[in-house]
Amino acid sequence: MIKTLTGNYAVAEAAKLARIKVTSAYPITPQTTIVEKLSEMIEKGELEAKMIRVESEHSALAATLGAAAAGSRAFTATASHGLLYMHEVLWWTASARIPVVMAVAARAIGAPWNIHVEHSDVVDQRDTGWIIGIAQENQEVLDMTIQAFRISEDPRVYLPVIVGLDGFILTHTVAPVNVPDQKDVDNWLPPRRQPYVITPESKIAMGNMTSDDDYYMMRYSIQVGQEAAKKVIEEVDQSYGKAFGRYYGGLVECYRCDDADYVMVLMGSWAGDAKEAVKILREKGINAGIARIRFIRPWPAEILREKLYNKKGVLVFDRSISFGNAGQLFTELSSTLYGMTNIRGVIAGLGGVDVLPEDFANEMIDFVNKVEENGKVYDPIKWLFPAKYRNVKIEEVVS
Amino acid sequence: MYLELRFHGRGGEGAVTAATILARAAVLEGKYAQAIPNFSAERRGAPVEVYSRISDKPIEKHSQVRNPDAIVVLDYELIKMVNVLSGLKPNGIAIVNSPVNEPLDNVKTYCVDATKIAKSHNLVISGWPTVNTAILGAVSKALGIVSIDSISNAIAEQFSSPNIAKANAAAALDAYKMTSLCGDSY
Repeated sequence: MIKTLTGNYAVAEAAKLARIKVTSAYPITPQTTIVEKLSEMIEKGELEAKMIRVESEHSALAATLGAAAAGSRAFTATASHGLLYMHEVLWWTASARIPVVMAVAARAIGAPWNIHVEHSDVVDQRDTGWIIGIAQENQEVLDMTIQAFRISEDPRVYLPVIVGLDGFILTHTVAPVNVPDQKDVDNWLPPRRQPYVITPESKIAMGNMTSDDDYYMMRYSIQVGQEAAKKVIEEVDQSYGKAFGRYYGGLVECYRCDDADYVMVLMGSWAGDAKEAVKILREKGINAGIARIRFIRPWPAEILREKLYNKKGVLVFDRSISFGNAGQLFTELSSTLYGMTNIRGVIAGLGGVDVLPEDFANEMIDFVNKVEENGKVYDPIKWLFPAKYRNVKIEEVVS
Repeated sequence: MYLELRFHGRGGEGAVTAATILARAAVLEGKYAQAIPNFSAERRGAPVEVYSRISDKPIEKHSQVRNPDAIVVLDYELIKMVNVLSGLKPNGIAIVNSPVNEPLDNVKTYCVDATKIAKSHNLVISGWPTVNTAILGAVSKALGIVSIDSISNAIAEQFSSPNIAKANAAAALDAYKMTSLCGDSY
């Protein structure tokens, strides 16, 4: 059934279709309407689940993990400062190998206070062991959330999954979303599986002190789960495509990238605007394409090598930065493609600064010109300043 | 068919809901649509912009609307505070909740007194007339892209209370009938 939904309501519909049993969350813009909607569904009796109210995000994920360890399909959602406050428990959850799904409404981190889209909060969780996906539009938000439960609960993986959706640009934007029938989701999504269940009778301790040797081996096993997830994510997306008619490309969506000379790499909602830029560029005779990163963890190194090794150049757009180095997608990609092709990183759209199709096209034209002039380009950072700061002396602005 | 609109209202006035209902109505007709709010902060009374796209093909863009085909003004006082015509396409139109029935500078302008219509249907919340559904009647009339019946059905989808939906749909229908080019008789 086609419904007109915000990205946040698409998440809530997906969690309901997955028949979550427990949710625990603490409100934070722009996530809040996800759990508000779930609360409303529970109140109306449309969703048989328990909402655990807590005093902080740290407790929200702890309660979600506890419920999940006890055998419930559990879900939470957060953003920005809430996610940072939760950060410690992300490590506990991944290390416990307990399947959990969490939506993150990607938002900038203060100061100064900013509620708009940025990927810093999501990317900041890269090293926790969670699987991390980021959707492009509301339909994909719903589909990725349903898929996340199956990925997380696959015995080859048993790791928690983040579904990222851009703050406001998806969370608060309405668009048509094809919401599957409950019975079709029931047929497609297997009953919950997890490596162990805590019950009053079970003799299991979680998070106890172990020997350093065992600790080391458990770290190794998370990496094994992440590596296996590469295959599982592709399988799950294909299976979902067969059942529901929508397949997104697994870890990476390749948009006109096979015959492209130059490829933009980015993730999130602005990929839609970049796709418009590809049309503009192709009309100008530049064979451009896009490799849209759908999952930053596990990192799709093999696919990106295969797709990009022989391109004339790769232009990476980061909506976040690792201060003192470069954008995180750039650093990941430049290590994956080391020495293979020309590469430039662009930092853009921080704090929700709007980036237009023309901006993507102009950045690509500038990059192509540099490659054709110099032959070899390795530019870790080019700043795409907000329009109002493009023609002023930057030294005076930041002094 | 591809149309971009920009709504101008104040926080709490319902511009987001207006654009959402318009998107719902377009989707009910089998079209693709978006409504994208742009808040600087959630303050009641502050000027807000909401962007809307309607197309017969899937919409990839998620950036803000800079060059709208139409602007919709929910609050007449805003035209003194905000350049509502900024970036409007050369043959673009304006749809204005206007008590004075005068066109905006050199722009094809449609007028309706949505405030009066909202009050006549008791659509007043905390002392503020809620004009967001009435203005959609004017949008339907001026654009001719989304029918008033679809607006009415979308309103029924939006509001859980049938009585509230009914009053809002009636306001939209009144506005649809009363909307005309500014300067023509109301």
